[in-house]
Amino acid sequence: MQLDAKIPSGPLSDKWDKHRFELKLVNPANKRKYNIIVVGTGLAGGSAAASLAELGYYVKNFCVQDSPRRAHSIAAQGGINAAKNYQNDGDSIWRLFYDTIKGGDFRAREANVHRLAQVSNHIIDHCVAQGIPFAREYGGLLSNRSFGGAQVSRTFYARGQTGQQLLLGAYSALMRQVAAGLVTLFPRREMLDLVVINGQARGIVVRNMITGEIESHAADAVVMCTGGYANVFYLSTNAMASNVSATFRAYKKGAFFANPCYTQIHPTCIPVHGTYQSKLTLMSESLRNDGRVWVPKTPGDKRPPNQIPESERDYYLENKYPSFGNLVPRDVASRNAKAQCDLGKGVGETGFAVYLDFKDAIKRDGKDVIAQKYGNLFQMYEKITASNPYEAPMMIYPASHYVMGGLWVDYNLMSNLPGLFVMGEANFSDHGANRLGASALMQGLADGYFVIPYTIGGYLVGMDRPEVTTDHPAFKDAVHYVTERINKLLSINGKRTVDDIHRQLGHILWEYCGMSRSEEGLLKARKLIQELRGEFWENALVPGSSEDFNQSLERAGRVADFLEFAELLVIDAFERKESCGAHFNDAYQTEENEAKRDDENFCHVAAWEYKGDDTAPELHKEPLVFENVELTQRSYK
Amino acid sequence: MTKNIDITLKIWRQKNADVKGGFETYHASNISIDMSFLEMIDVVNEQLTLDGKDPIAFDHDCREGICGMCGAVVNGRAHGPEKGTTLCQLHMRHFSSGDTIVIEPWRAKAFPIIKDLAVDRSAFDQIIVAGGYISVNTGGAPDANAIPISQEIAEKAMDAAACIGCGACVASCPNASAMLFTGAKISQFALLPQGRPEAALRALAMVRKMDELCFGNCGNERECEVECPKEISISNIARMNREFFKAGLGSAVM
Repeated sequence: MQLDAKIPSGPLSDKWDKHRFELKLVNPANKRKYNIIVVGTGLAGGSAAASLAELGYYVKNFCVQDSPRRAHSIAAQGGINAAKNYQNDGDSIWRLFYDTIKGGDFRAREANVHRLAQVSNHIIDHCVAQGIPFAREYGGLLSNRSFGGAQVSRTFYARGQTGQQLLLGAYSALMRQVAAGLVTLFPRREMLDLVVINGQARGIVVRNMITGEIESHAADAVVMCTGGYANVFYLSTNAMASNVSATFRAYKKGAFFANPCYTQIHPTCIPVHGTYQSKLTLMSESLRNDGRVWVPKTPGDKRPPNQIPESERDYYLENKYPSFGNLVPRDVASRNAKAQCDLGKGVGETGFAVYLDFKDAIKRDGKDVIAQKYGNLFQMYEKITASNPYEAPMMIYPASHYVMGGLWVDYNLMSNLPGLFVMGEANFSDHGANRLGASALMQGLADGYFVIPYTIGGYLVGMDRPEVTTDHPAFKDAVHYVTERINKLLSINGKRTVDDIHRQLGHILWEYCGMSRSEEGLLKARKLIQELRGEFWENALVPGSSEDFNQSLERAGRVADFLEFAELLVIDAFERKESCGAHFNDAYQTEENEAKRDDENFCHVAAWEYKGDDTAPELHKEPLVFENVELTQRSYK
Repeated sequence: MTKNIDITLKIWRQKNADVKGGFETYHASNISIDMSFLEMIDVVNEQLTLDGKDPIAFDHDCREGICGMCGAVVNGRAHGPEKGTTLCQLHMRHFSSGDTIVIEPWRAKAFPIIKDLAVDRSAFDQIIVAGGYISVNTGGAPDANAIPISQEIAEKAMDAAACIGCGACVASCPNASAMLFTGAKISQFALLPQGRPEAALRALAMVRKMDELCFGNCGNERECEVECPKEISISNIARMNREFFKAGLGSAVM
């Protein structure tokens, strides 16, 4: 099967305008007749639900939290990119496009990424109009900073809480549509299945997390904005409830899962400090603008950092990458941190940490300036570690943070299942094999505010659909399947807690499918995952009942899906016999230990089709065609 | 330098909104002082699960102090003893071996208990639905730099916008007032030029909704400001009152 990305013809910069004109419009009077389900209320889901309702569609919006304001987009700290060029420093739509394509190591579609760069400017305009208090200069104009591997200052920010402010903006817009009666909210609902009728996505089955009731909802289209699966590693910077279940259920109903092996390990997180640890905390990489990363030159040097003289410190990023220094992309920074620790130069109690030092920045700019930029991050660091970063350098280590893989979508953000749209982190689309800093917020809002409002109309009037209600047998089947599975989870009655099994899964993936991978390790991981999955269904202990507020049951369902999905992740990593971006296979590296792509054989999207629980998934390749940029070896020297 | 402590917990257990709840006592030993408070409850829950008992239900999600999902009254204080800290960011190093820690859910008429420490805060969403937004549709906004906003005003708006909607203000107020929450949102928009056109309507609608939902009135006790994990100032309540009175006096919206 040849996947059709439906990329419009014509010059790159004209594609989106041309496509918008060619897409059919829905008569304004008819929009109210269409029901749209939006799952998730993060930046993508919240902005989509609000914008679709503004157009007049009737929207049902679901989330697992108690309020749409709490989706994990809220935790994004650093900022949002846009090609405004307010700083007159050489930025442009083309440069943002190029940086994003290059940052993703040439594994994303040109057309999607260019559109993202084009709409980025509208996002900032809209967010300011919504009352988002972005940082400003004394003259009253918006402030920018350079961020995560960019050589221009294109990042807009609201202290260290940009995700929170953007999400609350989308939430405000959403609540305005609730007031208008066009959005109905369904909080504390977890999507447990996608309903496909005549090959089209027509609804979902959810569990009411308070009463345990299984509910069915039918619609003309389903928009999934259910986030990423970084929690497959157990420890990650994701929120505790972030999971793969919704997208994995859709995969099992026929949607293709693309590039699952592209998982980003973020370089600046607070290091792990105990087995009880439930999650990892990110320290925004904006800190790398002023902080200098170093380790002692001598392996095993256990002196406190302030007693290690300058001459005995190795500022390894600055030394190795003179032009980008501490601002190299995330994958490069993470791998280098691991390499230093593997050499025995790691610091802290565990030896799995490197220093991020603000001494020179404080000397240069003064404590007040640094406090104004990073005050809340320093405070958060001190709360967690009881160490004061104004006085002693921070300790950081990479952690699982974001996933570039997700459900396959075409240029319209529609999956291979007609009527199923996938946006935000849940899709695979714009970041290639590695996401640049401050680009996730941009993509989530681009998808929700500026792409789906156009493309969904084209689908709704472009394709016939039969009338469907939740009485359709496909809904009954889904409810039956979901109920059976819940009953099965509750009846295992084994001896290990779900968290304990999840922790072990995380260890397997971190060890064999984390920052670097090898064929031997991946084969081993696959076997270990299969064994652990077997153990889960025989020995997991899930207390409580199905008709209750049962958080253990919620987690059990998610971990059961992670145990299946983890194998797909490993299979994809095994099949991609090259290194690119965040996917680093030891066997494929340049002499300078950078990821070495194989453009001849792997310049494609790997989209996996579910073939049954006991059958290997089938790989479909979407070739990536580059007509506007030249594929180069990434170099940040 | 790791140190472990032994503590006694008295935790509110309540099966659902319709039945009576009560305190149960648990002993947690060998708790690392580097654990967060929620990780400590995780450890207790793992043991309860293995012992065949029902684990303690509590809301939480991001565990980095920004989503506003977690929260409980710890030894009589919302989010525990540390200033400017959510429960998930409170660490066990602030407790000592031998301590007894009392943990209760938020208590307010407008926040019914769902189970144990989890409560229903959807009343906050309803206050926002009443007017906590600027009425601007997607598309067609002017250039982001078209209206300069002084840094001072932008910072003040940001101070107010930092609210995470956790409900600690309501839980710590003797009157279970939601004025800090509502005042923060009204202030954020009232301060910014984009929010001015609707400021009067917004203040009236949100304050009325707040009253309708059985939140109490502000009695100037200032507990909310002390317990707010984001240290939102009660000057926002004063600003809300000014906006509300102005709106009431202004004929345009009467």
